[in-house]
Amino acid sequence: MRKLKNAGCYIFLTIVSVISIFPLYWMIAAATNNSTDILGGKLAIGTNFANNLTKLLEQQNVGRAFGNSLFYSCILSLLSLVVCSIAGYGFEIYHDRVKDGLMSVLLLAMMVPFAATLIPLFKLFTGMHLQSTWIAYVLPTISTPFLIMLFRQSARSFPMEIIEAARIDGLSELRIFFTIFIPTMRSTYAAAMTVTFMNAWNNYLWPKVIMMSDKSQTMPMLVANLSVGYSIDYGVLMLGVLICSLPTGILFLILQKSFANGIVGAVKG
Amino acid sequence: MKSNGKRNTGLTINQKQGLTGWFFLLPAALLIFAMNFYPMLQALVLSFKTGIGNNQVWGGLDNYARLLQDKVFHTAIINNFFYLLIQVPVMLVVAIILATLLNKKDLKCKGLFRTMIFLPCCTALVSYSIIFKTLFAYDGYVNTVLTNMGLISERINWLGQVSTAKVIIIIALIWRWTGYNMVFYLAGLQNIDESLYEAARIDGAGPVKAFFKITVPLLRPTILLTTIMSINGTLQLFDESVNLTNGGPANSTLTMSHYIYKASFEYNPQFGYAAAMSYVIFILVAILSFVQMKVGDKR
Repeated sequence: MRKLKNAGCYIFLTIVSVISIFPLYWMIAAATNNSTDILGGKLAIGTNFANNLTKLLEQQNVGRAFGNSLFYSCILSLLSLVVCSIAGYGFEIYHDRVKDGLMSVLLLAMMVPFAATLIPLFKLFTGMHLQSTWIAYVLPTISTPFLIMLFRQSARSFPMEIIEAARIDGLSELRIFFTIFIPTMRSTYAAAMTVTFMNAWNNYLWPKVIMMSDKSQTMPMLVANLSVGYSIDYGVLMLGVLICSLPTGILFLILQKSFANGIVGAVKG
Repeated sequence: MKSNGKRNTGLTINQKQGLTGWFFLLPAALLIFAMNFYPMLQALVLSFKTGIGNNQVWGGLDNYARLLQDKVFHTAIINNFFYLLIQVPVMLVVAIILATLLNKKDLKCKGLFRTMIFLPCCTALVSYSIIFKTLFAYDGYVNTVLTNMGLISERINWLGQVSTAKVIIIIALIWRWTGYNMVFYLAGLQNIDESLYEAARIDGAGPVKAFFKITVPLLRPTILLTTIMSINGTLQLFDESVNLTNGGPANSTLTMSHYIYKASFEYNPQFGYAAAMSYVIFILVAILSFVQMKVGDKR
């Protein structure tokens, strides 16, 4: 009886897994085939990969877009982690009534839809002639209520005695944060890093608006450009899509264990 | 911030630490004020102005009056709510079931299943929109397979028909986000004491009863969090509408954010009108989050 029940579980999970994986496999297979084979329904890995790559590199400046995306996303994630984690730590470890009140106000920002701030932000950055710069890419999303909350929540489980002991040893508050809190909270940082980098890399609406010069084009913008037009080469397109998904995919596979642990700490009571 | 006791400037240690706390949280707080709240206020002012591009004149409630007449905007709101009402419940229920199954003690290959189900989340939003667009294209894979198998006699124009285009967007959204929400539920389940389930089993409760009596009530904070995130995300849909269907056919899949983008940056930029539309989204998100919190906080 028990075995039978689990058999049902396995079948269900396998079906869901196959549905989850299939479009990704199809993308990889398509990146190695030519347009005709793809449209004909070929599912096997083909031999047209090198050809697709040559065509893609001829048509588009993939190196530049990839480099831009990587640069913007790394800077954004790094700044975001530092600014939000130290804030979350500050809100929790030194909390008093005023700070708790401010936190509730900041949480309201979670309800602000990006579309609503889009135009004023666009005017602000173009007014300062910062369009097409990395500053314009990163500044609006460095500080997010979600990340501050995540770190505030995890600072709650950080033992106060350690901080007290470090103070007696004469460490400054900033040193305690950098040399004790950060290394202890590695899994929270990994979870935050994964989420932040993915959001930064995926960012599309804001870059589409503010990164106006060709030089500042990002990878999602490049891929979106590939997909419009009358004669689309599907092999080339899918290779672009694949390249665009590689960094986030690799990052997740590396950090997945700590990611899961970090989220556990964050949703705890 | 040296805790130098002798050269104390008259502050107690507590006050000093309180001050340190302010230094720690100030950059983040200022950024949120400058990049969220302040632009929000500017948008409010802008929403009372009319005109094209940078020539803005005071128009009072003109923009809001225009919203009431704008059929395209109404369609966009209805589309957003259609996605919301169908996609969010289905996705969250599937995610919670998957998490419960993957939390079973006697299940093998848990890690493998979890990774596979989470993988769709690693694709860029633009990427997965294009994958689904290509799969469901008129000459795409789905049509090829279905015709080859003899299930359909004629290719279906999935993305070119009003009814199917909406469904494809929902399928794509569920595919992309179910694993993401599942991870939150899995995390929430780690915090539930195993002995509760033991006790329930001894009392003769089956797995279904245990799910509704233990899992669901104790996961309430996580369910609340994921619901708010999903509602918020669905009301702000943009990438999918642009890249999967480009809002078509005949605006039937257009979302509010996409329409705001079009009004602001295509043809004649109408910043004031777009700002008024964005306030409608803001109010909708705020009301829904508020209702959620009221309902979710009941204990």
